[in-house]
Amino acid sequence: MSNIIEIKNLYFSYPSDEGSEPVEVLKGVDLTIKEGEFTAILGHNGSGKSTLAKHINGILVPTSGTVTVDGINTADEEKIYDLRCRAGMVFQNPDNQIVSSVVEEDVAFALENLGVPYEEMRRRVDEALKDVNMYDYRLHSPAQLSGGQKQRVAIAGIIAMKPKCIILDEPTAMLDPQGRREVMAVIKRMNRDHGITIVLITHYMDEAAQCGRVVVMDKGRVILDDTPRAVFSQVDKVKAIGLDVPQVTELAWELKKAGFDMPEDIITEEECVSGIMNLFN
Amino acid sequence: MLRDITIGQYFPGNSLIHRLDPRFKIIITFIYIMMLFAGDHIACLSVGAAFTAAAIILSRIPFKMFVKSVKPLMPFLILTAVLNLFFIGSGEVYFQWKFIKLTSDGIEVSIFMLIRITLLIMGSSLLTYTTSPITLTDAIERLLSPLKKLKVPVHELAMMMSIALRFIPTLIEETDKIMAAQKARGAEIDSGSFMTRARNMIAILVPLFISAFRRADELATAMECRCYRGGEGRTRLRQLCSAPRDYAALAITIVFYGGVIALGIVLKHAS
Repeated sequence: MSNIIEIKNLYFSYPSDEGSEPVEVLKGVDLTIKEGEFTAILGHNGSGKSTLAKHINGILVPTSGTVTVDGINTADEEKIYDLRCRAGMVFQNPDNQIVSSVVEEDVAFALENLGVPYEEMRRRVDEALKDVNMYDYRLHSPAQLSGGQKQRVAIAGIIAMKPKCIILDEPTAMLDPQGRREVMAVIKRMNRDHGITIVLITHYMDEAAQCGRVVVMDKGRVILDDTPRAVFSQVDKVKAIGLDVPQVTELAWELKKAGFDMPEDIITEEECVSGIMNLFN
Repeated sequence: MLRDITIGQYFPGNSLIHRLDPRFKIIITFIYIMMLFAGDHIACLSVGAAFTAAAIILSRIPFKMFVKSVKPLMPFLILTAVLNLFFIGSGEVYFQWKFIKLTSDGIEVSIFMLIRITLLIMGSSLLTYTTSPITLTDAIERLLSPLKKLKVPVHELAMMMSIALRFIPTLIEETDKIMAAQKARGAEIDSGSFMTRARNMIAILVPLFISAFRRADELATAMECRCYRGGEGRTRLRQLCSAPRDYAALAITIVFYGGVIALGIVLKHAS
C-alpha cells in the first residue's frame, strides 16, 4: 500500500512573543502513514501531538522539514483546499466546530464552501449522515443533541468531503462513556468499510489499544512506534514518560511483578481473563 | 433564568409558515411591523393582533413559546408603559401631582404601546422560530446582494450573524454553568445590594468572554479545515425558490397593511 502521509524531519516552533525565545514544539518528527492505516498518537499534554496533527492538513506549516499528504506538500498554498478535502480534521469540542443551527446544513458546510452542485451535495450529505447514524436527526438543532451525537455530526461534516484520511484530535475527550463508544464505533467503521486512513489522537489507552498502530510522542519527538501490543508491553517505558497503559495491561503487569505467570502483551479484556484463568488451572 | 430567552431559537417544522420562502418572510415581517404602527385606533390594532394570531396558529408552534419570547423584555415594556402613562400631558386629566399627570391620552398611548411592542416581539419571534438561522442568513444575503456592488461585505455580515445565532444557546448554557460555579464559590448573584450584584456580574462576564474568544478561535480553525474561503463560488444546500404561495402570502399582508391604513383614516374622520 502506498504512503498517504509522509512527515520528514519536521521541526516546528510557535512564533515568539517579543523578547522571549520561540518555543520549539516539534523537534525532528519522522512519520510515515500508509493508506488505510488506523494509527493512534499518544502523548501527554505538551508532547506536541496536537501540533503535529495540525500540520497534516496545513493549518500549521513546518518551520523546517516537509509534510506531504497524498502527494501534496502542505506548504503549497495553491493546493491548500485540495489538501483539506483529502485530510479532514475533527476537534475535541464538538460545540466549537459546528457552524450551522441545523444538523444537515452543518454537514453541508464544507461542500457549500467547495461549490459542490446541489444534487450531489444533497446525496453526499444524506450518505454522510447515514454513515454516522444521524440521518434521523438531520433537521435537529445541534443544541438538542448529546455530546456524542454532536461529535458524530462533526465527523459527518468531514466525511461529506470524501477525504482519504481523517485526523481526530481527542474527539472523545469531552464525551461520556456512551458517547465515546458511539464515536469510536463510527471511526472504526469509516476505516473498515470506507478504507479511510485514521489518525486518532487520544489519551485513552483503551482506545489506542483498538488501533492498528500506536505512535507515542514525548517532548516533540516520536519515541515509540509499533503495534499496540508491542508498545504497551513496554510498561516501564510508557510509564516513564507519564502515560498509562490500558488497565488490563497494567493488571497483568502487576500480577507478573508479584510473581504470577502472566503473559506480558495483554491488551484486551478477553486476553486478561484467559490469562488469569490459566493461573487457576 | 437564562434558559427562558428564546430569541433566535429555531423550531424545525413543516407548517405553511415554515415552508414560506425566507426572503418573503423577511419582507412580510417588515410590512407587518409597519402595519402595527399604521393606525391609531383600537380597531387597527385588533386587525394586527388577529393577523399575528392567525400566523401563530398556522405555524403550529405552541403559544407558550411566544409568551416566553416576550418575558425577558417585560421590564423594558413596563418601563415604557409607565413613562407613557405619566408623562403624556394631553387629554383629560384624572390625577396630578407636581409634574406627573395621569391623563386619558397617557393611558391610551401606554396601553397601545404595550400591545404593539408585544405583537412586534411575537411577530419577529415567529420569523426566527420558523426559519433556520442559515436560511435566514441566506435570505438576508440575497435580499442585500445588490449592495455588494457598493462594496458592502454582505456575505461576511450574514455569516457573522448566523454564527452569532448558532452560538446563543451554547453561550447561554455556558453562562448558566459559570453562574452555578461562581455561586458554589459564594458569589452573590441573586441577592445583595445592586452594587454587590453588579460587581459579582464581573465574575461571570470575564470567564464567559474568555471562553467565547477561545471558542471563536477554535471555530475559525474548524471552518478553515472545511475549506471556508468567503462567499465567492459558494453553493447552498438550502435552495431558495419562491412558490405561488409566497406571492399569495405577500399579497395578503399588503392587503392587510392597506386595510389598516384605510381603516385608520376612515375612523379618524368618523370621530
